[in-house]
Amino acid sequence: MSTKFVIDGLKAEIEGKEILKGINLEIKGGEIHAIMGPNGTGKSTLASALMGHPKYEVTEGSVSLDGEDILEMEVDERARAGMFLAMQYPSEIPGVTNSDFLRSAINARRGEGNEISLIKFIRQMEGKMKDLEMNPEFAHRYLNEGFSGGEKKRNEILQMMLLEPKLVILDEIDSGLDIDALRIVANGVNAMRAEDRGFLIITHYQRLLDYITPDYVHVMMQGRIVKSGGPELAQRLEKEGYDWVKEELGITDETVGQA
Amino acid sequence: MSTQLTTPTDRQTAEAIAVGKGEPSWLVALRGQGAELSATLPWPKPEKVKIERWNLTAVGQYEATDKVSSIQELPQSVQELIAEGTENLLVQKNTGVAWAQLSQELASKGVIFTDLETAAKEHGELVQKYLFQAIKLDENKLTALNAALWNGGVFVYVPKNVEVELPLQAILYNDKAEATFAPHILIIAEDNSRVTYVDSTVSVKEAVQAEFTHPAIVEVFVKPGAVVRFGSVHSLAESGVDLSLRRAVVENDGRIEWIIGDLNDGNTVSDTKSVLVGNGSTSDTKVISVGQRKQQMSLTTQAVHFGKSSDSNMITRAVMREAASAIINGITKIEHGATKANGVQAEKVLMLSPKARGDANPILLIDEDDVTAGHAASVGQVNPEQVYYLMSRGISKSDAERLIIHGFLAPVVSEVPVEAVRQQLNRLLERKLQG
Repeated sequence: MSTKFVIDGLKAEIEGKEILKGINLEIKGGEIHAIMGPNGTGKSTLASALMGHPKYEVTEGSVSLDGEDILEMEVDERARAGMFLAMQYPSEIPGVTNSDFLRSAINARRGEGNEISLIKFIRQMEGKMKDLEMNPEFAHRYLNEGFSGGEKKRNEILQMMLLEPKLVILDEIDSGLDIDALRIVANGVNAMRAEDRGFLIITHYQRLLDYITPDYVHVMMQGRIVKSGGPELAQRLEKEGYDWVKEELGITDETVGQA
Repeated sequence: MSTQLTTPTDRQTAEAIAVGKGEPSWLVALRGQGAELSATLPWPKPEKVKIERWNLTAVGQYEATDKVSSIQELPQSVQELIAEGTENLLVQKNTGVAWAQLSQELASKGVIFTDLETAAKEHGELVQKYLFQAIKLDENKLTALNAALWNGGVFVYVPKNVEVELPLQAILYNDKAEATFAPHILIIAEDNSRVTYVDSTVSVKEAVQAEFTHPAIVEVFVKPGAVVRFGSVHSLAESGVDLSLRRAVVENDGRIEWIIGDLNDGNTVSDTKSVLVGNGSTSDTKVISVGQRKQQMSLTTQAVHFGKSSDSNMITRAVMREAASAIINGITKIEHGATKANGVQAEKVLMLSPKARGDANPILLIDEDDVTAGHAASVGQVNPEQVYYLMSRGISKSDAERLIIHGFLAPVVSEVPVEAVRQQLNRLLERKLQG
């Protein structure tokens, strides 16, 4: 069955403040959707709510992946069902080496009795690290500890490549990347494009979309998707900014939940 | 507060045992003195832990120990701890030595590695010169009691310029709560020598049910330019009280490294101190502990700087589960005249239950201006953001927490010098963290 990810009427709040005010989106396998928008419009909240961050409470709506109810699942179950979120601020975990972590994650996905052999794992990890132009020593470093911003982002993409998820969410993966790192990360994403894999790319710059061509572009404001279109929409936003969208829709303050 | 304690031993008994074992007269006298002082001196008073409420006087009876003729006669749980193929091994069972072995090669270089009782007879002058010099016999009831009672024990002597490549390993175990179990470990590393010593202090747990006290002392003398690595993993039974004092005296450009795993099932006082008397002397101390049930632990690391440009680093990490509590003290003292000294310490406690308690007390006592010193202390729970991150990759909550806790302890575990002991440490951690 080809992948189908459906968000229907999703509302979510943090500490009693509603941030997502009804999101509707459908992503099929093979598609890349980009969500763009200024800061503070709820983009990262959408990513966190979909993954199940404990701080966000979903109050209404439904999310399903291949017919399975995602919102009923714990965070780890969502991941094992095929969801992956490349985080804007990945945690640092001292004392846990990157390779031990990666192997635990792969084995969690594969399930007991079906663990990956050590040799196969090392071969895969080293291959993907090479693709991402990562120094092999990063395998033995503690997870994200002391990594630069760009190294953390590459490490997120490495995890995505090894875990082979069905639905990938990239939350501001381009922030803090120089142009070379951006190209490497984009190549990694493009290499993962597949018929059975959907992407949701959250960004507020167009520049990532120069390297990864989306099929659909959505603009988020005030906790809603207010405009959708094709790749040409991203290009217009790059040239003209967001003001014309606000004008068109009669929005004065695009942010949501700001104090 | 109860201070009415019975005297665990007296002069006549202590001396009679010593005479019966054929100990030299100076040692018989030392035991008598220890016994007498143990009646009057007070117990040590660690911060915020009322050890006088524990049963500290269950020191047991002297019982002669027979040597085993092969290590296969040792309990399985003890055999597992032995480094594969080692030729340098000492095993103490309860009151005395059960196995002692040193390679020809090291013996021919003048290295001595035997139980302290034997050393006191065969190398009396050497032992007399150092015994109870780093830790004084009359410091408190514990030191006096150890002087009166110590048995078996470990003696390591490394001559000048000799480098011992492989770790010397000792296993000290009890399998009978009623037998005295009071080791004294004495290590002397002469000028520019180098040695690694690792011990496991354990109970054969199914055999030890009654209450017992383990009053133990470690003294290390690091001569100029010498390097001593000292590793020790303690896993005594729940019915035991572990009172362990460790102290190193480090001379010019000498170095001591302490790697301590306090993983007993019972109450614990662990005090590890480096006295940096020499210029350029250095000390590195790493301690980990896991507490469970109603265990109480007092874990202290200390560094005292006398030497110029002396350097100390101390790390303690403890994980407290259930209703366990840990009071962790780090004391860095820099004496007047110890210019350019540097002392750094960090204490961290991870609490896994609302009933667990942890206190980290960093103390810097500095009597010299021209020094650098730093400290960090933290007490907290497993970070939920870290758990979320690992779970978002498909790792279950319990596995995520396990990874984070093991990671928290990893800086010490990875330093343990003997593979078999490192595996022991990992097994103990696994058991104590899941159990």
